[in-house]
Amino acid sequence: MRKVAIAGVGMTKFGKTDKSLVELFTEAAMEAINGSNIRPRDIQALFVGNCLGDFAEGQANIAGFLASELGLPPWTPATRFEGACATASVAIRDAFMWVASGFYDTVLVGGVEKILHMGTPLATRTFAMASDSKYEEFCGLTFPGVFAMLAHMYAHKYGIPLPVLKERMALVAVKNHKNGAMNPLAQFQKEITVDTVLNSFMVADPLQLFDCCPFSDGAAALVLTTGEKAAKMVDKPVYILGIGQGSAGSLIRQKDYTVMQSRVASARQAYRMAGVGPEDIDVCELHDCFTIAEIVASECLGFFEFGKGSEALENGETAIGGRIPINPSGGLKAKGHPIGATGAAQAYEIVRQLRGECGRRQVDGAKIGMTDTLGGDASTIVNLILGV
Amino acid sequence: MSFYKLTHRDYFEALKEGRLMGLKCRECGAYTAPPKVCCDGCGGTGVETVQLSGKGVIKTFTVIRVAPEGLEAPYIVAMAELEEGPWIMGNILDVDPDKAGMDLIGKKVAVDHKVLPPLNYTSGEGVAPVFKIIS
Ligand SMILES: [Zn+2]
Repeated sequence: MRKVAIAGVGMTKFGKTDKSLVELFTEAAMEAINGSNIRPRDIQALFVGNCLGDFAEGQANIAGFLASELGLPPWTPATRFEGACATASVAIRDAFMWVASGFYDTVLVGGVEKILHMGTPLATRTFAMASDSKYEEFCGLTFPGVFAMLAHMYAHKYGIPLPVLKERMALVAVKNHKNGAMNPLAQFQKEITVDTVLNSFMVADPLQLFDCCPFSDGAAALVLTTGEKAAKMVDKPVYILGIGQGSAGSLIRQKDYTVMQSRVASARQAYRMAGVGPEDIDVCELHDCFTIAEIVASECLGFFEFGKGSEALENGETAIGGRIPINPSGGLKAKGHPIGATGAAQAYEIVRQLRGECGRRQVDGAKIGMTDTLGGDASTIVNLILGV
Repeated sequence: MSFYKLTHRDYFEALKEGRLMGLKCRECGAYTAPPKVCCDGCGGTGVETVQLSGKGVIKTFTVIRVAPEGLEAPYIVAMAELEEGPWIMGNILDVDPDKAGMDLIGKKVAVDHKVLPPLNYTSGEGVAPVFKIIS
């Protein structure tokens, strides 16, 4: 396999927009292409993540339209990927394989989503489509519901009184909003307190509004190329050191999902390929779709023992300046979660961190970073390890 | 021909008649419910259809207060571990959602069912397990 690098990256501001899906993705893509000091015609293939375009804009089959919008020649294959909230990361993994294998040298990959205009009932319904259509959806399971049941299971399993766990969960939101306030592309750039979380309305017991990431619009894109070409294109190429992907069935097949086997397996693949362990990661962008989700992910990735993630968080170990800074971008919670774009936005943040471009939210001296993206109820998980 | 001993539609139809059906593996002895093409334990396809006891224990739950299009909140969603080992997801109807608390975890339940008319984007009607608290 050849060494694969990320040259340029691009990302739109997350939050409400009047741009179309095609326009949104194109904004991020042009930034990534220009940042790579290449022309659109240098792109040999396009890999785009989009999850809900069919319902959001009546737009299926978006990939070819994007290739045309960007002025790519007719021989350029353009393909849409879908893996619920892990959509863009699935696309990145595939793009990586094509470059690593030698089939292409330079490709464009990313994701786009537009949700805010859909309204909560339809958005909630379409998000729920990422759970099992026969055995979960007819029970009225929603995505907050998936992680609400996880929170109850976690409190019971580890003997943590629910009010104690809820207060620690609230600290995830406080931390990520604090980080988001330093990110000009974040949907929410405002600090909150534990009381903001605990006084917000209940979405799915025990998750309150501020335990949940928002609905978002946005796009992010990366140019992937060979290590050799990247060194000629840009001053600071960032290398893909390891990559992993895991799969799982519905929650009833996973049973105790406080330990997500698909995530543990995916992370293990990525660590093994990179030749590093959790102790070597300097900064991590992980899938905090809900506050409890960040705690569980931090354990599955090996940063903390199972059952200890909420204490570590409370002790500040995941803050910027802590032992393993998690979600310096603000995470899904504050930066926003345009689901088909999220994995690429996580990679965007890690690339900027490793290049030392993150200003007030910079993790000093970060050399190795990791992303973690969860799709559906852990049915699709992707991890990336990047390094300079 | 079909590789399936029990399809989702067979499983739903039996639930409607008050029978919880599953699969038993001839190779490893594990039970699988709801059905798959293979054993959920070992992946083997040497499975046969069996009726399960319909008894289990609540493992976790939530109260959905923001419902998807087509459903009305609040309602309780829970997961139960059946006596034979598989977990299934269902609703709890005989507990007031505002009184649902951590003490639900560990409660013994019997499996009943409810029928849902087709919604937008479903392929026909659905049947969801309902957990009745027995102790
Ligand atoms: Zn078996």
